[in-house]
Amino acid sequence: MLRARSLRVCYGKVPAVHDVSLSVEAGQIVAVVGANGAGKSTVLRALAGLNRLDAGAVELDGRRIDGLRADQRVPLGISLVPEGRHLFPRLTVQRNLELGAFTRRDRAEVAASLEKVVEIFPFLEDRRQQLAGTLSGGEQQMVAIARGLMSRPRLLLLDEPSWGIAPMLVARIFETIAAINRSGVAILLVEQNVKRALSVAHRATVIQTGRVVAEGAADELLRSDLVRQAYLGL
Amino acid sequence: MSRRAGTAALLAALLLAAVFPLAVSRPAWQNTAILMLMAAQLGVAWNILGGYAGQVSLGHAAFFGTGAYVSSLLSMRLGLSPWLGMLAGALVASAFAVVIGWPCFRLKGHYFAMATIAVVEIVQAVVNGWERLGGAVGLYLPLAESGFAGFVFNRSKLPYYYIALALLVLTLAVNWLVARSRTGYYLRAIKDEPDAARSLGVSLTRYKLQAIALSAALAAMGGTLYAQKELFIDPGSTLSTSLSIKMSLVAILGGVGTLFGPVIGAAVLTAIEEGSRVLFGGTGRGTDLVVYGLLIVLFAVYQPAGIMGWITGRWPGARAARREEEP
Repeated sequence: MLRARSLRVCYGKVPAVHDVSLSVEAGQIVAVVGANGAGKSTVLRALAGLNRLDAGAVELDGRRIDGLRADQRVPLGISLVPEGRHLFPRLTVQRNLELGAFTRRDRAEVAASLEKVVEIFPFLEDRRQQLAGTLSGGEQQMVAIARGLMSRPRLLLLDEPSWGIAPMLVARIFETIAAINRSGVAILLVEQNVKRALSVAHRATVIQTGRVVAEGAADELLRSDLVRQAYLGL
Repeated sequence: MSRRAGTAALLAALLLAAVFPLAVSRPAWQNTAILMLMAAQLGVAWNILGGYAGQVSLGHAAFFGTGAYVSSLLSMRLGLSPWLGMLAGALVASAFAVVIGWPCFRLKGHYFAMATIAVVEIVQAVVNGWERLGGAVGLYLPLAESGFAGFVFNRSKLPYYYIALALLVLTLAVNWLVARSRTGYYLRAIKDEPDAARSLGVSLTRYKLQAIALSAALAAMGGTLYAQKELFIDPGSTLSTSLSIKMSLVAILGGVGTLFGPVIGAAVLTAIEEGSRVLFGGTGRGTDLVVYGLLIVLFAVYQPAGIMGWITGRWPGARAARREEEP
């Protein structure tokens, strides 16, 4: 479904990502794991169109999309939930969710999607008219994911969904990610919480200082010496 | 303040503004009041782009000047009514705004502001050297017969006062409608979280262009009013960076992104300007600029939300009058 080949992204003259290739098949959860500053988020932002590629190619269903702007990629079925949530703090939860459906013109179906995300995150029901900036960190993360689903993506890009969230809620977020995937949405997940990410994912790519150092089935990587020593401290 | 109390306060302010020049007949006071209304109208127009879309333009005099020049030239050369000239000026300024906004919106923050300074400086230099537009000497508008049709009033300043008031009310109404519209909340989304907005499919450039086109059209209408009131325009008075800065300062001082902030800002700023003129006369030229600079520093440090932010901070009930939050 999504294929990224030899991505290279620089900030100014400094390359943050050297040569990263990865792919996501329909229905899969793929995790990109690695330490802080390894270039994981940069890869995700490049796939969403927020960072410009210095080299490499991105294909969605065989079609090159690296020339498109971020807002032009959304109608093709890609949706990014950015690191740190980035909700619109002075708009209500309802408006935030509606903005997620910005590219859709089918009003009735948007309303149906809204009901569906409220089903996934029941707490939203009572919070619709609350300003998004007044929610707790965990609630904001769930609104951010819900907002990302409102464009009805085929591929959801999740950047550090466990960032700044109470440990108790982290488990719930990952359960929800698995549930969203079961409903047919492919997910590319960037995470520092390696154990959680590999437990939920089908496949995974390990990145160190902007390069891929391992790639494979998530459960195998979880048992590999590289991951156990470098990221799990075992 | 409840919604009903807010409406009552608004009507009272409008009534006060309507009877003010009837109660105060001294021309100097009336003139100051007209200057306040005109500054307020420009600040509210600026606020659509600077406040709601968060794009700080220091080049809005280019649109103001476009309005002044288009209506004046059309009336001098083709005998077109300045009222139609006002609409023509607004259209030309909108088109011009889109043309310069297209490249300038690729720049962010300070760089956008700097690019807009360059735009107004370039326009001023071009008009200075363009003889058919009056060059550096400027244009003297013909003294038409006094009357509403010709948009010239010799006997009294009152008509200018009411036209300025009407233009301000129109500009406030447009601002209010924008704040409540879908575009209004896209603009707020773009201002607060541009990357998140983009990754939801919102085209930043498209909505910023809508904002600058509307903002420029309203500023241009202010330019036509200025030209008809002074009956003389030149690049120095209508196409200057200092006028651009004043337009932004009115909004920043009063409260960026609030509906009535620029009106309060304009009242304070015009009072300072005229006050320093009376106090220091010709010898104090530039005193107002020194005061502007001081105000910018003080507000940036102590009260970034402007006078409106101070009011709503002290009396949280007054929030109903604020359009920054959800309408």
